[in-house]
Amino acid sequence: MKLPIYFDYASTTPVDPRVVIKMQDCLSLDGNFGNPASRSHSFGWKAEEATEEARSNVAKLVNCDPREIVWTSGATESDNLAIKGSARFNKSKGNHIITSKVEHKAVLDSCRQLEREGFEVTYLDPGTNGIVTPLMVSSAITDQTILVSLMHINNEIGVINDIESIGKVTREKGVIFHVDAAQSTGKLPIDLSQLEVDLMSFSAHKTYGPKGIGALYARRKPRVRLEAQIHGGGHERGMRSGTLATHQIVGMGEAFRIAREDMTEDNIRIKFLRDKFWEGLNDMEEVYLNGDQEHRAAGFLNVSFNYVEGESLIMALKDIAVSSGSACTSASLEPSYVLRAIGLKDELAHSSIRFAIGRFTTKEEVEYTIGLVRNAVAKLRELSPLWDMYKDGVDLDTIEWSVN
Amino acid sequence: MAYSKKVIDKFEKTLQEPEKHSVGKWDPSESDVGTGMVGAPACGDVMRLQIKCEARNNTHVISDVKFKTYGCGSAIASSSELVDMLKGKTLEEAKEIKNQEIVDALELPAIKIHCSVLAEDSIQQAIKDYESKI
Repeated sequence: MKLPIYFDYASTTPVDPRVVIKMQDCLSLDGNFGNPASRSHSFGWKAEEATEEARSNVAKLVNCDPREIVWTSGATESDNLAIKGSARFNKSKGNHIITSKVEHKAVLDSCRQLEREGFEVTYLDPGTNGIVTPLMVSSAITDQTILVSLMHINNEIGVINDIESIGKVTREKGVIFHVDAAQSTGKLPIDLSQLEVDLMSFSAHKTYGPKGIGALYARRKPRVRLEAQIHGGGHERGMRSGTLATHQIVGMGEAFRIAREDMTEDNIRIKFLRDKFWEGLNDMEEVYLNGDQEHRAAGFLNVSFNYVEGESLIMALKDIAVSSGSACTSASLEPSYVLRAIGLKDELAHSSIRFAIGRFTTKEEVEYTIGLVRNAVAKLRELSPLWDMYKDGVDLDTIEWSVN
Repeated sequence: MAYSKKVIDKFEKTLQEPEKHSVGKWDPSESDVGTGMVGAPACGDVMRLQIKCEARNNTHVISDVKFKTYGCGSAIASSSELVDMLKGKTLEEAKEIKNQEIVDALELPAIKIHCSVLAEDSIQQAIKDYESKI
């Protein structure tokens, strides 16, 4: 077993070695380095063949037409293009957008920008399980609503929104439905021939592909229209200009092809490890699993260790790579907005750790980490005045804290 | 978080050998104990500092210190650093301790300066509590 151990697969994943080999073939003079837009020679034709094969692999994973896939630089750009592009194109039809408080910043900040341009945005509160229901969406739709943007799998707690039912609501009301699926490719089956989703964002690097490449699915029937955000040559049917990054695209295509093949097996193993991990922690005192227990993607374990601050726990677990909802790990000094939005008290948000398990996690790593976590939490609680008070039966909510 | 080696060392040593680093508590009602508790769970840090004092030559000297801290690595390191500064000081000397001394000793990053401020507040409160008993 090698240290440090990586438990941050929801942040990014290592590139699968099979993907690396494919990408290497698209860089040098001996390889497929051409510009896919070059029409006048075989270098260009060959590069185009490779990017189109990749497009087809991405399309197959989510069961759509390859012509519905637009290459971008990543899910952040896809979210920007989907939200700003569709809202600006459709502004004559209405000015209201619906999203939720637990979305990724790429969605929230795009919505904030549209607010500055005069759009109105409703930020839905999910339930305490982290899920946004179809009813919450339908209740918020007005005759001005043009767009609903929600995530498929939440990146902090891993809970799954029912995009099938939400899609029925939006389609019936004639509202565009955008789904940020950055976390869900390779983790959940997605069938866009059945789902009533108009726009869907993808990222390569969350699915064992390279960073710097993503895609946006833009439905053809019924056709969703977008205003381009990047101009310069009219690539990708005018929706996203810029020379296609052959090696990146080929990497994403191969990563998504592997995801299609390995998804079932990967998820059985990952879920087994996740459950084993939780079994190793859940008998500890004052430990809470955040987010819905049932509707959750396999790799996510977001746990609050009450009376222990998350950043100090991360420091105590120095051989383990995880992330925390604690304010102290962020520049803003605010605890996780996702955990707060699902109703967690600030102190539990400060005490949270996200363990994200992935394709290369082993049973040995999980067992080793359980031991480390138990030991670190026990030691930090020895240091914690709050743990003392809890043990002495003091109700912390009754104390007047000196807030500075 | 780019912590200095000093913060990391202090944090790790305190965690590994809590008793040696004055982790613990006394009964706050003892007449020779002063207790200061600052911060709030919702803000992510709470420090409880206790000083044990004895009267000596017309003044009071801090003979021993105990603390417990809930908070980030630098909050724990800051309290532990403060404890080292306090032992053997008179109350007058202890009152003069400024947060900047902790910042300098641990090379705290700018975003963590509030940890040292909290530590300074905790000693002021503990002294006030002790003085209210004499």
